[in-house]
Amino acid sequence: MATIIKDITLQENIPQNILFEKHIDFIKEYGQKENNFEYAMTDYLRISGMYWGLTALELMNASPPHTIEEISDYIKHCQDPESGGISSCLNHDPHILHTLSAVQILCMYDNLKAIDVEGVVKYVKNLQLPNGSFTGDKWGEVDTRFSFCAVATLSLLNRMDAIDVNKAVDFVASCKNFDGGFGSRPLSESHAGLIYCCLGFLSVTNRLDIVDRDKLAWWLCERQLPSGGLNGRPEKLPDVCYSWWVLSSLTILGKLHCIDANALKKFILACQDTESGGFADRPGDIPDPFHTVFGISALSLLGNDTVQKVNPTYCMPQHVIDRLQLKPQILDN
Amino acid sequence: MSDYSSDENDDYVLYKNRPEWSDITPLAQDDNEEPIVAIDYTENFKDCYDYFRAIVQKKEISERALELTQTAANLNPANYTVWQYRRDILKGLDKDLHEELEFVEKIILKQSKNYQVWHHRKVLVEWLKDPSKEKYLTEHVLSKDAKNYHAWQHRQWVIKTFKLYDGELDYVDLLLKDDIRNNSAWNQRYFVINNTTGFTEEVLRQEIEYTLSRIREITENESAWNYLRGLLLHDKAGLSNNTTVKAFVEELYESNNRSPFLLAIIVDMCLEQVGAGGGDSNYSAKRAVELCKDLMEKFDTVRANYWQHMLDSIGSESGEGTSGN
Repeated sequence: MATIIKDITLQENIPQNILFEKHIDFIKEYGQKENNFEYAMTDYLRISGMYWGLTALELMNASPPHTIEEISDYIKHCQDPESGGISSCLNHDPHILHTLSAVQILCMYDNLKAIDVEGVVKYVKNLQLPNGSFTGDKWGEVDTRFSFCAVATLSLLNRMDAIDVNKAVDFVASCKNFDGGFGSRPLSESHAGLIYCCLGFLSVTNRLDIVDRDKLAWWLCERQLPSGGLNGRPEKLPDVCYSWWVLSSLTILGKLHCIDANALKKFILACQDTESGGFADRPGDIPDPFHTVFGISALSLLGNDTVQKVNPTYCMPQHVIDRLQLKPQILDN
Repeated sequence: MSDYSSDENDDYVLYKNRPEWSDITPLAQDDNEEPIVAIDYTENFKDCYDYFRAIVQKKEISERALELTQTAANLNPANYTVWQYRRDILKGLDKDLHEELEFVEKIILKQSKNYQVWHHRKVLVEWLKDPSKEKYLTEHVLSKDAKNYHAWQHRQWVIKTFKLYDGELDYVDLLLKDDIRNNSAWNQRYFVINNTTGFTEEVLRQEIEYTLSRIREITENESAWNYLRGLLLHDKAGLSNNTTVKAFVEELYESNNRSPFLLAIIVDMCLEQVGAGGGDSNYSAKRAVELCKDLMEKFDTVRANYWQHMLDSIGSESGEGTSGN
């Protein structure tokens, strides 16, 4: 009666620890190599890419490859003076994803003065629709990801008063599904990444009361596969980025102890590229900064004390969240 | 359509060598004075995007600019600025949007996990108020990846916006025949019923029949069990009082089936009954404890910590029950 499970098999000789030096070099060199076509291809997500890389470095207690002034100056030039939003890179249109990434980076370096903060507040406020949802940019795509980006950005700026929080909560609540999970819009399929966005949103707005806690915790635990890795939906392959999205969600729900932490640690460590550095989605695949920051952050949530403590709601170093005196809601065990 | 439409084409001519572009000075990527990142592009890419930046800066709305955005979109479909500018041109030149539907369809079929291409498609359908090609397109994409989130999102939007629910349950059925564990299809089933008949008593009865027979085919199927639990949310009597479900579950258990999902639902039925004062003695705290142990030790060892946590919470609740009042 063997059931075929979509999963992978881990190889022998998995690294026992985080390969710090390799990851630090990997992040610092990313995009600075000759002929890095992939880097040119990703200018549409540059600021988010900077957030992934710089956060990974900070969590590994490494200094950034550029001065804080240089980084801040780049971000400043990506702010659209008209709308107030921040774009992925120069000559692109502003988007809420990059606006959040930019604010996260500047909060980390305690340098919000580099940008027009009121402009950002105005931008986010103007993206809210009458039903409480948020669009990602002026073109109007609606998604619970953007609800999270909106409240994460405004709470980091201490300006939650700028939006209608109750209506924003109503919209996220309307995206709760029969299985306890959340999707991108009402009745869209539950997905671990979107569950993180919705729980992060409810953590910031202090409204975790609308969650079916036990049901959702079980759904999240069901994401763990025999390899130890976590997938994002039933019958999908495990991926390091879901280690973050599922674990941060379980942490917010106060149910982190329900997962098999040792098996997951092993899976995440196996996703390290022992030659080039960096983490990949799965062992043996090509590493990138996105999976690197989420791999390191997940290990931090699992109690690895060789990296800095990460905040599960914001995916930022905890000391930054403490400095800002933010207390996103986290349920007790 | 363009003579230079593909960058794989041997005859591809760089924009800097095209006479009709000689009046434009290309604008190189400017990463500020102190470049934070040194970028080296492939030649086609750099050439195209240098001209793209130049026309965006001078806000040029023209046929050649439209052609340029086509190359730029083909080179990098994830670049949202290209799509936005392309829409400005389409509006400005009052282009035939049906032709544009064909263009974006080709890219969607190659890049079906890309937010920008689907959004472009959606805007075109909104402008045209013509959803007639959308079901076919999403079916084409789902035939290659039946769980593609973007395709499902687009399909739900089209169905809801233009009220195209007819035939959708048959389509869901077809997908479930192909892969009974397709969670996206189960979700779509819920979407259709929720937005059409609703979960009336009769619909509920039929849906429970349908789901139980699918579970009977393969009992280790998270999606089908979750759907069953979703249905029972609409049963006023709760999870543990539906006689059809109870009979099914007990029969399965008697036949020595030990699917973790079967055991898990019995645990929850027990906890519901205990919480309500223990109306049905077959669903006791003791049985829940035994099942949790079985799950932990034998049938769902991956989630041993979860079942231990359940055991602890049952223990503390019944502990409170005896020491309280």
